[in-house]
Amino acid sequence: MKIFKIVYLVALLLFFSCKKENSSTNNTNTISVEKKEVVKSQGQASVKDEVSDPNALQKAKSIADFSTLVTAIEAGGVQDAVVNAGPLTIFAPLNTAFEKLPVNTVEDLLKSENKSKLAFVLKNHVAPANFPLEQLKKEAKKGRKLYMASGNYMEVENKEGKIYVNGVEIIQTVKVSNGWIHVIDQVLVP
Amino acid sequence: MLVATSLFFIGCGNNGGKEQKKGGVLGSNVAEKVYVAPGEHDEFYAFVSGGFSGQLAVYGLPSGRLFKVIPVFSVDAEKAWGFNEETKPMLNTSHGFIPWDDAHHPDISQTAGELDGRYVYINGNNTPRIAKIDLTTFETTEIIEIPNSAGNHSSSYVTENTEYVVAGTRFGVPVPQRDISIKEYKGNFKGALSFLKVDPEDGGMEIDFQILMPGFDYDKAHPGRGNSHGWFFFTTYNSEEANTLLEVNASQNDKDFIAAVNWQMIAEYVKNGGGKKMPANYAHNVYDEHTHQATSTMKKEVLVVNPAEVPGAIYFLPTPKSPHGCDVDPSGEYIVGSGKLSADVTVHSFSKMVKAIEEKKFSGEAYGIPIIDFEAVNAGSVKQAGLGPLHTEFDNEGNAYTTFFISSEVVKWKLGTWEVVDRKPTYYSVGHLMIPGGNSRKPFGKYLLAMNKITKDRYLPTGPEVTQSAQLYDISGEKMELLLDFPTVGEPHYAAGCPADLIKPRSRKIFKLEENKHPYAVTNEMDARVERKGNEVHVYMTMIRSHFAPDNIEGVKEGDKVYFHVTNLEQDYDVPHGISMIGANTSELLIMPGQTETFVWEPKQVGVWPFYCTDFCSALHQEMQGYVRVSPKDSPIKLSWSLDGE
Repeated sequence: MKIFKIVYLVALLLFFSCKKENSSTNNTNTISVEKKEVVKSQGQASVKDEVSDPNALQKAKSIADFSTLVTAIEAGGVQDAVVNAGPLTIFAPLNTAFEKLPVNTVEDLLKSENKSKLAFVLKNHVAPANFPLEQLKKEAKKGRKLYMASGNYMEVENKEGKIYVNGVEIIQTVKVSNGWIHVIDQVLVP
Repeated sequence: MLVATSLFFIGCGNNGGKEQKKGGVLGSNVAEKVYVAPGEHDEFYAFVSGGFSGQLAVYGLPSGRLFKVIPVFSVDAEKAWGFNEETKPMLNTSHGFIPWDDAHHPDISQTAGELDGRYVYINGNNTPRIAKIDLTTFETTEIIEIPNSAGNHSSSYVTENTEYVVAGTRFGVPVPQRDISIKEYKGNFKGALSFLKVDPEDGGMEIDFQILMPGFDYDKAHPGRGNSHGWFFFTTYNSEEANTLLEVNASQNDKDFIAAVNWQMIAEYVKNGGGKKMPANYAHNVYDEHTHQATSTMKKEVLVVNPAEVPGAIYFLPTPKSPHGCDVDPSGEYIVGSGKLSADVTVHSFSKMVKAIEEKKFSGEAYGIPIIDFEAVNAGSVKQAGLGPLHTEFDNEGNAYTTFFISSEVVKWKLGTWEVVDRKPTYYSVGHLMIPGGNSRKPFGKYLLAMNKITKDRYLPTGPEVTQSAQLYDISGEKMELLLDFPTVGEPHYAAGCPADLIKPRSRKIFKLEENKHPYAVTNEMDARVERKGNEVHVYMTMIRSHFAPDNIEGVKEGDKVYFHVTNLEQDYDVPHGISMIGANTSELLIMPGQTETFVWEPKQVGVWPFYCTDFCSALHQEMQGYVRVSPKDSPIKLSWSLDGE
């Protein structure tokens, strides 16, 4: 009986505390405050998964040298596309690459009115296909071009074992769960 | 945590808490109670057996949404269950490969009498088997055949610490099987009650002992709990031991029995060398999640116990008119026997039973087993509650809920006073019902799921065969309230429900490639290859978005037996790949990240034959394809393989 009283008291307290939060809504509404808060509005980028290998965005976020790129991905609203099943091959410019652009270019692109422009620049760095470095070597050998998500084609060249995309050298390659990241130190301006 | 959540719900007036219901504010807000918004999760898992489908379907409650059909006893082309080389041994029995069974009573493993959400055990009725489903992978990982049994129906219930899973026979059979006249049934046929010991580490099963009971039909069972832990209760019908026209001949006795079995006493007897080993032949099939393969072992012996060897371990409790359901309340005190032809629901008392045994209040014996005097054990009965009582489950507030097949209703009544509190119709002819945790010490008395055998006009018609259904009731108030009516896969025979929080956090996302011990696994594309052994060709293949390696194979000959051993190299959640080959006399494979599966193709025609990915895996899914060239038997073409010309 005593337990029941305590339970009732706690319930009562919660009732009042909820009611306060819920003051603007109709009391007869049966959808609780708690439920409303958990309604998901975000896309695939918000999936919590610490078991799978990291995807392209998770990998980029874990490396400080990609902080500008990550900011741009989020500002351009393409974060859900970058975690998609793809497969995706991303030519990922380092922070230093963005610094090489004319003054204020990055700042301008990050403005909300330039969102679609920024997205277009980013899409010019993504081939919606599976291109590990060995495959890029083959592309170079066979003279096949890469079709980018921007709609542009890029040339692949092999100069003494170093691979270049539209003249930009690939410095390093990282495998990610949904494809590949090739690190570059120059922005591929469309 | 759960307590806090439920308090919060009550406090916030969510989902029809009692306080609110009395106020009558929410009377018509039924839709919102089952509405789970896009992206939100259900509060409970419901594992609903498919009856004659042989499978186990996973639904969410309260939404009634179907998430997965777990293949158990029947082949499933969608998941290659029983079609790929890895799972074929799972369906092996002493009768050979059996592609189907009748799946009846799922039960979730328990610790200290409460659901622990680790495994579901389920019985196959027809060719007697018990399966274990691992709730980290939601896959069947073990199937054990039950010898000396037939119509494995009073199964597969777990004791309160999952010490044992029980499998009782419905049909009496000659033990051992032999060529005798069916007319010699009486006295010669036996009813085996099998106790399968469970390994606490991995949930694995072994038959510890079988009790060779008289040849009655053992219909349903439940373990004791609390004070009655250590006992198991089985309803029986056909105590007449009829072997023909049972609908008449097995309905002669005014009372049949509930058999009360002190399994702890018998387990002790067996542990000390009691019982007798007899020759047997039954399959024990185990799936290993590291080799991604099943093995089937034929067992040749089983330990049997004659009830007369262990006096004081087994008693009969007289129970009116062919009792079906045999249900034990959360406290373990009440044993409810629903005589399917009786007008009443009979309730026995465990404490009265113990006292009656002490005072030797027996009214007779059957095959040496004492029959306890009915009055000495009976706690009471629910009078004239409905027609055709079948099954009972319980909430956490001292109420019982019984289904009535003939009068198509669920009746709520109070334990101890036996008074009927409420009744609600079902649509139609309800069989089992399920309250999450409703056969444990700790029921979650929020929802009740009634499972109907007949639906007639309830849904859009689909020809002569229409769906069976489940109906969800809110039981949090004094009166039950029908919330939802949803179609099911196969016959929704019985179900087990569990709070999602006990299972969800442990659900696997991928299989780790480095833990893959499949003998034909290839964990690196560079190692993909094709090997010939006589007329067998083994393709060690990999798959990753969005290609196979190799994808061009030549040098296969007519009459070869080609094994495709395919490893999914993905290490990303929810990126399975599939594969099938034109003319393969089997199903596709559906391979999870990090897993290896195998299918066999026996090319019968010369030509160039394509294969492709059958699961829409990626943006370039349609490009995921390849070719095998098949040459005449005497062709000199050598075996070769490639990807992108290399």
